Amino acid sequence: MIHVRLSGLDQLIVLLYFSFVIGIGWLLRRYVQRSADFLTASHSMPAWITGLAFISANLGAQEVIGMGASGAKYGMMTSHFYWIGAVPAMVFLSLFMLPFYYRSRARSVPEYLKLRFDEKTRAFNALTFALMTILSSGISMHALASLFHLVLGWPYDGCIAVSAGVVLIYLFLGGLRSAIYNEVLQFCLIVAGFLPLTYLALRDVGGWQGLRRQLDAVAYAHGYTSGTWTECWTHLGHAAANPMGVEWFGLVMGLGFVLSFGYWCTDYLVVQRALAAESLSAARRTPLIAAVPKILFPVLLIVPGMVAAALNQDAAQHVLPLTHAGTPDYNMSIPSLLIRYFPEGMLGLGFTALMASFMSGMAGNVSAFNTVWTYDLYQSYLAPGRSDRHYLLTGHVATVAGVGLAVGAAYVAAAFDNIMDLLQLVFGFVNAPVFATFLLGMTWKRATGHGAFWGLLGGTGCAAVFHGLSVTHGAIPGIKGGWISPLWHFTSEMGQNFYMAIVAWCACAALTVVISLLTPQTKSDAELDGLTYATRSRTPQPREPWYRRPVVLGALLLLATAAINVALR
Amino acid sequence: MPFDLRTPIGWLFTVYGAILLAHGAWSGKGHAVISSGLNVNLLWGAVLLAFGLGLLIAVKLLKRRR
Repeated sequence: MIHVRLSGLDQLIVLLYFSFVIGIGWLLRRYVQRSADFLTASHSMPAWITGLAFISANLGAQEVIGMGASGAKYGMMTSHFYWIGAVPAMVFLSLFMLPFYYRSRARSVPEYLKLRFDEKTRAFNALTFALMTILSSGISMHALASLFHLVLGWPYDGCIAVSAGVVLIYLFLGGLRSAIYNEVLQFCLIVAGFLPLTYLALRDVGGWQGLRRQLDAVAYAHGYTSGTWTECWTHLGHAAANPMGVEWFGLVMGLGFVLSFGYWCTDYLVVQRALAAESLSAARRTPLIAAVPKILFPVLLIVPGMVAAALNQDAAQHVLPLTHAGTPDYNMSIPSLLIRYFPEGMLGLGFTALMASFMSGMAGNVSAFNTVWTYDLYQSYLAPGRSDRHYLLTGHVATVAGVGLAVGAAYVAAAFDNIMDLLQLVFGFVNAPVFATFLLGMTWKRATGHGAFWGLLGGTGCAAVFHGLSVTHGAIPGIKGGWISPLWHFTSEMGQNFYMAIVAWCACAALTVVISLLTPQTKSDAELDGLTYATRSRTPQPREPWYRRPVVLGALLLLATAAINVALR
Repeated sequence: MPFDLRTPIGWLFTVYGAILLAHGAWSGKGHAVISSGLNVNLLWGAVLLAFGLGLLIAVKLLKRRR
């Protein structure tokens, strides 16, 4: 087992971090006067701040630990989640979608759906989103607390109380502005804590060339060919040729199109950051600024995981502990390397970075939850027409309740693994088709509220049916699929998931089109003003220098991503 | 903007940098990383300190220009 005790110096570093994040919340408390200050930060931030917050909110503890684990399990191919699985969608959000969100004056993504379609579509999106944010905060908190308990010997309950407590304090004081400011600080800390780890780990295995050699041995040991762990595209011809168990079509369409666009372009957790920007121009630059670190993050998170896999070949090194099932515990890749390479002092910084990643994800979720709860559920259905003071109070209460519910979810995750697996599975069904609704809503004026709502439900249902009819090789039908009848077989759950998303997306798109054509159009062109492409706002934007123009920046980002993919093919 | 966010970030990194740098200098070779022979605290502490001070100076200069 891997254990370490943090020295007084390390603990001082962690405590300094806590005092800074709470201090930022304290300084911002005076700027919360209206509900919009607390919940949407009143369109006041410059692009560099919202851009870094955009990426930081996405970089939760599960992401950090999970990407290290996938780096060890699948190698460099994991980077597809950062490149094809993120950059094109972020560029699309900037170029095409953000003008509709921003100009509609919708305070949230569900509210855009209400303006564009109808109440029921908004309610469905708002409810599932609110539940999902709580659930993912809970799971993330559970993961962090069990990790710190296991590695540092800190009490589980204490970890939950302190991490939830600190997030609650700074969110309660400063609302979304505090979440965003702290996300930028946390972003800097994550880079400062993990960058030296990559350097030391690579140095230890003899640089990139040394790592390639050692990972070839890993590939042979698993029955794959040379380069499987270090090349991104060469081994995607067939699902059996790589440890991810996916082939290029499933990867490009499932991850690169359906799932990636569904998350980056419609998930309010990230879109909320862009909408907090001071102008439409700053909002459109937000995802583009965020894409720069996104392209580079594989170096920070995936490469250390690959080093862990290389070192783990030698059992005497005790890099990765074993799970109950007897397989290596890949989730320990990054914590284990932190302990291996960092001396007292740096170790405190490394664990602070882990803590920072957790808090950025959790605060992101709770700050999106309280807005959707207050504006889309409470103000719309439970108590419309109250004073702004009332909604400001509701926002504060929702923040406390959101953190409390997340703590509850963490304990449910600790006690009942399978309940959480089931819930995540169901939310996977809900998320799969969602981009079809937004894309049709924005590009096709004729799409109706009934079409959107039933398309979403139908797409979700199709995802469930697909899951019930497909199973991975050798798996017992059940929560892993095949619960209706194991008709189709996949090499891996990831491949199954990608194809499920493709099927759900197509079903949702087809249903939305058919039902829209069968139902009358209820919204007039005036009501749709600024919400769809045909009725887009034609007010000319001030001409900007090339380095601020989204088209130029987006093209550069896509080119850079393509170049890296070619280099590492 | 309520206050320049670069100020608290600058301070945090300055403090972290100073702590790591001092710790690396004091404890010397004894605490250096075993597998690589580098005094990581000293080196990375210097980088963080430079970054933190850089931000603080930048904020000062920007303020003066306004």
